[in-house]
Amino acid sequence: MTAIGKAGPGAGLPTASVRREPRRRSAILAFILAQPLGAAGLAVILIMGLAAVFAEVVAPYDPVANDFVAMLSPPSAEHLLGTDNFGRDIFSRIIYGARTALTIGFASSFLGCTLGGLIGIASAYFGGRIDLIVQRFVDVLLSFPIIVLALVVVAVLGHNPVAGIDLNLIFAIAIPIVPRAARVLRSAALAIREMPYVDAARAGGYSDTHIILRHMAPNVVAPYLIILTAYIAQAILLEASLSFLGLGVSEPKPAWGLMLSGDSANFYLEAPWMILFPGVAISLAVFAFNLFGDSLRDWLDPKFKT
Amino acid sequence: MVEQATFLKRRTLLALPALGLGAGAWPRAAHSAQAEGEPTRGGVLQFSVAAEPPTYDLHATGTFAVMHRVAPHYSTLLRFEPYNYPNIVGDLAESWEESPDHLTYTFKLHPNVRFHDGTILTSEDVKASWDRLRDPPPGIVSNKQPSFAKIARIETPDPLTVIFHMKEVDASIMDVFASPWNSIYSAARLREDPNFPARNIMGTGPFRFVEHVAGSHWVGERFEGYFRQGRPYLDGFRAITMSTSAMVNALSGRQIMAEFRGVAPTERDRIVRALGEDALVQESSWMLHMICTFNCERKPFDDPRVRRALSLAIDRWGGSRALSRISQLGPVGGAVRPGSEWSATPQEMEQWPGYGRDMAANRAEAKRLLREAGAENLSFTLVDRSIAPYVTTGVFLIDQWRQIGVRAEHQQLELAAWYQAQGSGSFDVFVDSFAQYSDDPTTVLVKYISSDRSPSAAARATDRELDRLFDEQARTADKEQRKRLIRQFEARMFEQNYAVPILWWQRILVMNKRVRGYPMSPSHMVYQSLADVWLAPEPS
Repeated sequence: MTAIGKAGPGAGLPTASVRREPRRRSAILAFILAQPLGAAGLAVILIMGLAAVFAEVVAPYDPVANDFVAMLSPPSAEHLLGTDNFGRDIFSRIIYGARTALTIGFASSFLGCTLGGLIGIASAYFGGRIDLIVQRFVDVLLSFPIIVLALVVVAVLGHNPVAGIDLNLIFAIAIPIVPRAARVLRSAALAIREMPYVDAARAGGYSDTHIILRHMAPNVVAPYLIILTAYIAQAILLEASLSFLGLGVSEPKPAWGLMLSGDSANFYLEAPWMILFPGVAISLAVFAFNLFGDSLRDWLDPKFKT
Repeated sequence: MVEQATFLKRRTLLALPALGLGAGAWPRAAHSAQAEGEPTRGGVLQFSVAAEPPTYDLHATGTFAVMHRVAPHYSTLLRFEPYNYPNIVGDLAESWEESPDHLTYTFKLHPNVRFHDGTILTSEDVKASWDRLRDPPPGIVSNKQPSFAKIARIETPDPLTVIFHMKEVDASIMDVFASPWNSIYSAARLREDPNFPARNIMGTGPFRFVEHVAGSHWVGERFEGYFRQGRPYLDGFRAITMSTSAMVNALSGRQIMAEFRGVAPTERDRIVRALGEDALVQESSWMLHMICTFNCERKPFDDPRVRRALSLAIDRWGGSRALSRISQLGPVGGAVRPGSEWSATPQEMEQWPGYGRDMAANRAEAKRLLREAGAENLSFTLVDRSIAPYVTTGVFLIDQWRQIGVRAEHQQLELAAWYQAQGSGSFDVFVDSFAQYSDDPTTVLVKYISSDRSPSAAARATDRELDRLFDEQARTADKEQRKRLIRQFEARMFEQNYAVPILWWQRILVMNKRVRGYPMSPSHMVYQSLADVWLAPEPS
């Protein structure tokens, strides 16, 4: 399907856009049938998302409320997953922790993939010396392990909480994603750069920005969505790692990585539930996003369909 | 001349035995040097310190991160006697004399005391160091400057004699002379650069400075020219920077042999489980307490009703019971160490706002005060340190304030940034602490007087009534009268709530049994010179 460009330079030239699915419901059903594991992952993500959004309704306790009487209580009917050393309900903290994990995970991955994608597409489009310079810069960033780069960024930037969300933490997690997304989407964009409609747009006098945003970017949406979901899992893991190392979310805010750090190390023998359940939550979330990401790749990539 | 002459009777010995936390379950410390056996020379003591030093200058700071690394390099005029705390003996001073009117103190120094650069220490070095403490040059911080306010002038009639002339009687001056913070620097070096000690180490202590690698380690080696014969026993020491959790693992795994600040009960149990018979546990009350400091220059904390409401909301008695299970935090107390001879009784404490046991009534009153002050939906940032039990305190406070509808964002800082915030006043509410080296009230009340008189008072408030009571108790030799003045000081302090005590700490030390000669005390600032510490031979 093609769309007609606006009046102006190159008016009347065909532009590429994302193929729109007229029957979305059947597509979702087809995805579930074709990719049952991915669908299971999606179900877990949806459950976590709903729990995060409706945490106030779902969680039985305030996640920061200390209860000195119930300190280090084992799982029971009153506290499904037990309590921590401050008597805080672990189930409630995991539910609210989902909000932290998904917010930071999605925001970081979106920021990193979008920024990286634009850099990658622009690099592919311009080619030549610009591509060479950009890709060497990407090589430098790729040479740092993802956790090390995030550590450096968060250590330099410090914390900047806005409405309870640490914007610098999101930025720190997004930065290591940028070169990885740039490399993947550049590969996809290299093929598109040679397409006749890109030549036609260029001949039609459209600006480089217009061609990149309107003609090339829409055609790399499939790989973009795949890396977006894959990096949400990475970002959740990274947020948990940074919080575990004391550089992410601060106490008493509920966050899965934070629940594993600090005092948990001192109480793991006395109260193993303090580390068990947050660990399960992190694993489940990462596993679900990875399953969904892999299945999405298989579903969207024509090579895998054959 | 008399040894240990002082007009004040030394305080009764502090209760060092365990606080009842399962005492007897662990190998306990010997409480005398003799009981530890015949010292042997040699070996390098590896111990951990949980924070990086913001400066090398003992005069300028109050943190153990400096004391535990730097104290082995310096000497003081007097010192607290090992295994007989709080009795005072000479360090650089061979003997001393106090005039009958308590206004003149004459010290005779040990002859031939050498600095690490080989120069001989004279009375000029003592005078230069003490002048720097009591009247620091511009740009130099003397952290405990008000402690020296009663010193009128210092004379040096000969190279081995120092005479301190007092403006008036100072009931705490002997403890001040013995303070481990009042290290003696080289007068020549101070003349060249008054800030020399902030970035350099050059003292007369038992160990020479070798290197400091920031974030990694600090190394000292035996100073062969140390003036006390046969000391130190150790070849050297290596202070390794590591987090508390890493320290627990390193001590359990025998990579380090000691940590001198203290651990939480759960950490003690983990280390003892790992070391078994090789663990040595020592416990004591602790001259260290947590303080909640309000920035009185910022709204709405300039309103006494808001400060009082926030103090009223804190359940100190409940917090003490609960937090002592999971951290070093423990006893409820006022401005002076609970259980000490200067402390208020629990009944007296319950009369202070925020110390009453009826928390429902306290919180109702707190809400009323906030309403009255127009600060019902108050939210602010609580600036804290990033180590235990500061974080524990922060989590506790945030929950307490949540119960009166106040929302606090928890900002945890590394030591240098925390000090920077404390000094610059870039905070709303601050989790502060104060470590004393002595129970003398002057050494702790200085934390609560006007900020323009005390660099360690972080509330940025001015209260001349508190200052007057502080001065009056400081010059009162009569103990009962002094106690009354301290009660008045505390009453005023809790009326205004510029800064309020939260809980006091309990000190639990666990070290490898091979470490000998380190006397336990209720302060982690004394006995850090390591001159008497030795390592028992490794068991075969």
